[in-house]
Amino acid sequence: MTAELVRGQNHPLSQARLEIRVSAGTPIVAGATLGDEQGRIHGVEWVAHPGAPTLPGLEVSRQAAADHRLAVDLDAMPEAVHRVSVLLALPTGVAGPTRFGAVATPFVAVTGLDGTEVASYTITGLEAESAVVALELYRRQDAWKVRAIGQGYAGGLADLFTDQGLPQAHQLAGGINDAVAQGMARSVPAPPPRQDGDRSRQAAAPALGPDQGGPAPQGAAGSVPPQPASPYGTQPPGVPGQTPPQPNAPYGAQPPGVPGQPAQQPSYQSGTGAADPAQPSAPTSGGPINYSHPRRQNAAPPPPPPTAPPAQPGQPAQPVAGDATGWSMDERLYNQVWGMFEDLARTTSAYRSAVDFAESRMEKELDQVLSDPRSRIGGQGDAAREAAQAKHTELVNQARAALDRDLTQLTAESEVVEPALPAAYARWDNPVWHGYRVPMEIPMALRLGDLHLPESAQLRIPMLVRLPLERGLWIDSGRGGSLDGSFTDSHDLRRLAMDTAVAHAARLLAVYPAGEFTVHVVDPAGSGAQALVPLVQTGVLAAPPAVGAAGVADVLARLTQRVDLVQMAVRGGAPDSLPPGFDTSEQLLIVNDFPHGFDDRAVNQLRYLADEGPAVGVHLMMVADREEAAAYGPLLDPLWRSLMRLTPVPDDHLADPWVGHAWTYEPPLVPPGSQVLQQVLAQVAAARAKYR
Amino acid sequence: MTKGQAISLQKNDGGSLTAVRMGLGWQAAPRRGLFGSRTREVDLDASAVLFADKQPVDVVFFRHLVSDDGSVRHTGDNLVGGVGQGGDDEAILVDLARLPVHIDQIVFTVNSFTGQTFQEVQNAFCRLVDETNGQEMARYTLAGGGAYTAQIMAKVHRSGPGWTMTALGTPANGRTFQDLMPSILPHL
Repeated sequence: MTAELVRGQNHPLSQARLEIRVSAGTPIVAGATLGDEQGRIHGVEWVAHPGAPTLPGLEVSRQAAADHRLAVDLDAMPEAVHRVSVLLALPTGVAGPTRFGAVATPFVAVTGLDGTEVASYTITGLEAESAVVALELYRRQDAWKVRAIGQGYAGGLADLFTDQGLPQAHQLAGGINDAVAQGMARSVPAPPPRQDGDRSRQAAAPALGPDQGGPAPQGAAGSVPPQPASPYGTQPPGVPGQTPPQPNAPYGAQPPGVPGQPAQQPSYQSGTGAADPAQPSAPTSGGPINYSHPRRQNAAPPPPPPTAPPAQPGQPAQPVAGDATGWSMDERLYNQVWGMFEDLARTTSAYRSAVDFAESRMEKELDQVLSDPRSRIGGQGDAAREAAQAKHTELVNQARAALDRDLTQLTAESEVVEPALPAAYARWDNPVWHGYRVPMEIPMALRLGDLHLPESAQLRIPMLVRLPLERGLWIDSGRGGSLDGSFTDSHDLRRLAMDTAVAHAARLLAVYPAGEFTVHVVDPAGSGAQALVPLVQTGVLAAPPAVGAAGVADVLARLTQRVDLVQMAVRGGAPDSLPPGFDTSEQLLIVNDFPHGFDDRAVNQLRYLADEGPAVGVHLMMVADREEAAAYGPLLDPLWRSLMRLTPVPDDHLADPWVGHAWTYEPPLVPPGSQVLQQVLAQVAAARAKYR
Repeated sequence: MTKGQAISLQKNDGGSLTAVRMGLGWQAAPRRGLFGSRTREVDLDASAVLFADKQPVDVVFFRHLVSDDGSVRHTGDNLVGGVGQGGDDEAILVDLARLPVHIDQIVFTVNSFTGQTFQEVQNAFCRLVDETNGQEMARYTLAGGGAYTAQIMAKVHRSGPGWTMTALGTPANGRTFQDLMPSILPHL
C-alpha cells in the first residue's frame, strides 16, 4: 500500500529494483546524487544527471520533462554508497519559470517495477527555490529506506551540490544546465494549437502550464468556458500547456479563432502597436478569445474540406488528403501531417506500454514460480512457466495487432497525403517539384526531413516547421551524428553535411516568392565549393561564397549592421525609415567549416546574429562539427543551443512533443542523379532576374 | 441506474460502443456582498485511473490531460465551476477502441480540490455519457450527498470483446486521486 510521506518521514523499501516517478506541471530536470555515510558526494562521478544519465544502479532521463521515471537498482549500488538523493531542478538559461513557487507542486513516487506505489511525497511549501532534494534512499543496517526530504535551494543546483560537500559544485551545475538546454534544442517544437474536431485530436500536451493545479492561483487565468457537447474540441484558454519550452515561438500565421496560444502567449506580449481587441486579461466570461486582428477580414469562408466517403460497416474510412481543419488546403495538410505525427507517437506509446507491462508481469510470475517450493516437484513448475510465457505472448500479439491496425490506417493516409503535398512540404522526389513554379506567397511551413520510429520504419512522417524560421539550423558534420558508425570517414560526412545544407537552402529559396529570400555563404577555406555548385552556377546567391578571413569578416559585418539597423528602426517605431533600396527579404547565412577562418570578433558577431537575427529575419545555417570548436569552451554553448540540430545521416535525436519518443530524423536529400535541384534553382534565378 | 448495477456497453445490433464521456458539473460559489473576490471558490476535479491487471498504469487528471497513448483525454481543469445549469464543467473522454490492449479497467473519480464537502457544493453532479449518441448511462447528484470530499464513481472494464460499465458511487475523502487509491483498489 502506498505510504503518503510527509516531510522527514521514512518508509522501508522491500524491493531493490525501483522506479522513481516524478511529475510536475512544467519541464524540470531530475537527477540523483550518491553519498557516503556522512552524505558527502565524493566527486562528479557520483552524480547522475542529464549529461551523465547512467551510474551503476541508477539511471535518470536525458532531458527536462514534466514527467520522469528514474530507474534504481539498490543491489547494484557500490558498497561505499549509503545515500541516494533524488533531486529536482528548474532548467536555467531557457524561457520558463525560475522558482518552484511559480509552478505546480511537484509529486514524486517510489514504485516497484510493476508500477505499484511504495511511497509517495508531494513537495509543498516551495517558494524561491530552484532546486530541491525530493527524496533520499538510505542504507540502515543493510536495509534500504526512503525518506521525504523536500529541502530546497534558492541558489539552484550549485548550492545543492555544495551542501553535499562536492567541491566542483558550480562547474557541475553549469554542465547540467548545458546538457539540459541541449536536450531542449533536440526536441521538435510543438505544433500550434488547432481546432480539429473531426479527427479527435488536440494539441493539448501531457504537461501543463504553471497555473494548473497549484493551490495558490485559484481562478487566476484558468476559467474554462463550459464545454459544449462537441468532443475533443477546442483547447480551453486556461490551458497554455505545450510541453517543450521552446524559445519564443510566435507562430506567424495563427489560424484565426484558435484560442489557446503556446506557452508564452506571444500575441499580446509582442504587440507592436496593433490594437489588441480581445482584452486577454479578462478571460473569465465564456467563449474563446479571438486573437486575430479585428480589421483583418477573412472575406470569404474557406472552401469546405474534402470529406472522406462514408465507411463501409466494419471498415475504417478511406483516408483523404486534407482531411483536417484549416483555412486553406496548405493549412489542412499541415494540420493533417501533425495529426499523423501525434497519432503515430501515441499509438506507438500504447504498444510499448503494453509490451512493457507484459514483460514485467511475466517476470513477476516467473519469479513466483522460482520461489515456490512446490514447483520443484514434478512438472508443475514447467507448466506454470509455460503459462506465464503464453500470457506474455498473447498480450504482445494483441498489442502488435492493435499497432498493425493503426499503422495500416496511417500508412494508407500517408499514401494519399504525400502525393497531395505542396512543394514546400514535399520530398524532392515528389512530381510536384517537376511542375515547380515560383510561388507568389510564403508557404505556411517547410519540410526539414522525415521522421520515423523503429516499430514502423516504413512509415515516414514529414517533419514540418513553420515559416518564417524561428531558430537557425545546425547541420552536424561531426562523427557523433552517425547512427551506426558507418560514416567513419569524416571527409565523406562533411561533404554530405554540405550537400544537406545546400538542399535545405535551395528549398527555402524555392518556396519563397522571388526576391524575398536571400542566401549568403561563408566558406573560408573553399572546402564546400563542390557541394555549393548548384547554388553558385544557377546564380541564386546574393554574392559568390565568401572565402578567407577577410571575406568572412565582410559578410558578418554587413549582416550585423543590417540586424542592428532593422532593430533600431523597429524599436523606434519607424520601420519605414530604412534607407531606400534596402533589401527587406529574409536572409540566410550558410557557414561552412566553422570555426576555421573565424577570429574572436567574427565569433562574437556570429553569436550576435544567432541571438538577435531571427527576430528581424536573419537566420543562420551552421555546417559544423562541434568538436572542432571545442577550444572556445563554454563560450559557444549558447550558440549551439539556439540552433536546431539536424544531421546529414539518419539519426535518432529528435523527440516529439507529446510522449518524447526518440524519432529517427532523415535529411531530405535529392535522389541521386536527379536534376530537380538545378531545374528548380534555374527557375528561381530567372524569376529573381525579372524581379530586379 | 443504481449502485453496483452493471450495464454492458454492447449495442443491441451487436456493434459495441466506442466512446464514453465522464462529465462533472457544479455551480460556482455565490458572490458575497461587496467583497465578491473573497468568495471561496469550489474546485472539483474529475480523474480517470487506468489499470492493467489491478496495477495502475496511467492516470488522466488535471496535471496529465492526455494519456500517453492518446485514448483518454481530459478537457481541462475548471477551477470555479459553471452555472450549474446541467452542462459539464469538466469532462473526460475515453476512446475505448484505442485503449492499449493491456488496460482492462478504468475507474472514474471526483474530488473536491478546495476541500468543501459535497454538502456545501450546489448543483453538483457527475454522469457517464455514451459519446456516440449522447445518452446518459449513469448520473449521480453529488450536492447534498453527505460530508464527503470525493466519490469513486464508476468503472468501465473489459468483458469478452466489449466493455461493461459498473456504477460504484462509493463516497470517500481526499484531495486528488492519489488519496483515493486505497478506496479504489477493493473495487477492482
